[in-house]
Amino acid sequence: MKVTKPVKKKISGWGNYPVESCFVYRPENETDIHDIIEGTQDFSHIAYGLGRSYADTALNKDQGVIRLEQLNHFLHFDEDQRLLTCEAGVTLSDIIDVFLPRGYFLPVTPGTKLVTVGGAIANDVHGKNHHVDGCFSEFVTSFDLLTGSGEVMTCSREENSEVFWATVGGIGLTGIILRATISLIPVESAFINVTYEKAGHLDEAFDKFIENDQNYKYSVAWIDCLSSGSSLGRSVLMRGDHAKQSDLPMNVQDPYALPNKFPLKMPVHAPGMALNYWSISAFNQLYYSSFKDESKLEDLTSFFHPLDAIDDWNKLYGRNGFVQYQAVFPKDQQPKEGIRKLLERLSSDKRSSFLAVLKSSGQANHGMLSFPMEGYTLALDIPNKKGLFPFLKELDEIVLAHGGRVYLAKDASLDEETFKQMYPRWEEFLNVKQQVDPKGVFRSSMSRRLGLTD
Amino acid sequence: MRTILILGATSTIAQATVRKLAARSNMNFVLTARNTEELKPLKQDLEIRYSASVILKSFDALNFDQHETFFSEVIEEAGDIHGVVLMYGAMTDQKQAENDFSAARNMIDVNYTSAVSILNIAANYFEEMKRGFICAVSSVAGDRGRKSNYIYGSTKAGLSVYLQGLRNRLHASGVQVLTVKPGMVDTKMTYGVVENSKLLADPNKVATDIQNGLVKRRDVVYTPWFWFIIMGIIKLIPEIIFKRTDI
Repeated sequence: MKVTKPVKKKISGWGNYPVESCFVYRPENETDIHDIIEGTQDFSHIAYGLGRSYADTALNKDQGVIRLEQLNHFLHFDEDQRLLTCEAGVTLSDIIDVFLPRGYFLPVTPGTKLVTVGGAIANDVHGKNHHVDGCFSEFVTSFDLLTGSGEVMTCSREENSEVFWATVGGIGLTGIILRATISLIPVESAFINVTYEKAGHLDEAFDKFIENDQNYKYSVAWIDCLSSGSSLGRSVLMRGDHAKQSDLPMNVQDPYALPNKFPLKMPVHAPGMALNYWSISAFNQLYYSSFKDESKLEDLTSFFHPLDAIDDWNKLYGRNGFVQYQAVFPKDQQPKEGIRKLLERLSSDKRSSFLAVLKSSGQANHGMLSFPMEGYTLALDIPNKKGLFPFLKELDEIVLAHGGRVYLAKDASLDEETFKQMYPRWEEFLNVKQQVDPKGVFRSSMSRRLGLTD
Repeated sequence: MRTILILGATSTIAQATVRKLAARSNMNFVLTARNTEELKPLKQDLEIRYSASVILKSFDALNFDQHETFFSEVIEEAGDIHGVVLMYGAMTDQKQAENDFSAARNMIDVNYTSAVSILNIAANYFEEMKRGFICAVSSVAGDRGRKSNYIYGSTKAGLSVYLQGLRNRLHASGVQVLTVKPGMVDTKMTYGVVENSKLLADPNKVATDIQNGLVKRRDVVYTPWFWFIIMGIIKLIPEIIFKRTDI
């Protein structure tokens, strides 16, 4: 048997923390993946897409990491039902490039389009429309999963549904997603009609969300998490819907054309000091002032994926990297108070967050480890500086006290006990994992940290 | 509408090249491999992304007797073809090839003998049509024999000289012959074998160079371009010195 060889190298997730040495495989097709798994007994593996989960979700210290990027073929498109079947390494960016000019768009997109379809399922990603449309998995009809026993299992809501719901959000621990069928949505243009509204403090932001969030398909708020006192939680709400062709100015010739943007690139890591309390405060002040309450057209890229315009923007945080912390607070346990406490802690500790996002989230789905639940979610970038982990632990306690949880795709610090409190269906998840992966082929640095595998 | 025959479409460079060519409009393909099952995802991908029409056909480079039949079947199924791109190749470890003649023989037959067999047939076809192109992937390793890979290198040297002569012959008929000489490329062949991956070129870059070479009707393309300089210098070193080196 011809086993594809690995390369031993140090890799990290998008946050550049942690950095771990792994045996990285790069199969070219499904047969190669079978060969790798059968040819390496007593070795564990985890699938790796484009490395956009932030921390150790797709790392596997001193063990196998299987890069799926070469499995990037579209396999079928059913125009009538708008159903696309593709290999798991196809990126959301590929889908937009090919299908937007034909009038279709992704039903759910996270803040970057540089993720694979497999990764989007394994992390059950969500986007600005979660409050009305739910997670990525809502639009996944079925997928083929290569399990630990080497079997390829087709999973959907009807077929192997338990495995389906364990794999959705299951951070790669049930096997390798090989192919998936997802539905696309029809759109009339490459633009979003965005309404901007400023909110002077957290209460006002919440009032606005509660008042009319359901009227917008897409909704998110940038929040200044360094503001304090009476302006704690001041925000800019950015909400909108797909623009119809009749909304476009007369001079737009091709309604589906995205503007050509010159890609910027972060060539090297910024010095550790570049993003500090003062620079971020100054930025936040300027940014907040730059908005006024108005409506305007934004192209899809600027609205959904603004940071993709800068290659390797994660290097802004310097060599030590950063962590991203995203928590959801359920609607019935005083979410506003939870978020207020979190913001107060950040503000008092002067832990700067460049990008902080507040959003209302819709109902939870059946994914056993899927993150969102009905309520509000806050996402923060926090540079990796001294005292970070005890600080995150404090945040975890606030989140737990309000019945919330943190998002595994971004988490770098949860301990086993906290994780199991936040995700009470972990045992059910492990039962399914035991059925499809009895030998424990699929493990990751994260699964060891969270006590899901040893 | 142009139809291009790709011999050995499963390789990493071939996949990248086919996608680049398909992105230009009006390109159809006959893709070949020993086992066409492996090409199905690529076929479906090309149909969905670029609305290209794709025929899959099994081709065994070492079954020389079947090459005539294979080629006439391709013409029959595709109607006509406008170019042939030969992308397959074999590379075994030098030490193994030194000690086991069957390994050396396999490289010779795959890289040289089979190319002569199938490209002779294609050349006769295009010569008669008075148009078309033949493109084959050789290697910088064929530019000078070195102890680290001279058996592989000599098969590619043979291929390069064959293509050179073919170019000379077909010039009068207006048929382009393009010799592609890649350096080390980040493919399945080199992944996990070449330690320093910084030396490996991106297959997409190689594909772009091949496409440009075809569009601009070039004769020889080194890819990435700097191999032209490197090999230029290496070829200049007098043998009396070169034989003592460890390059």
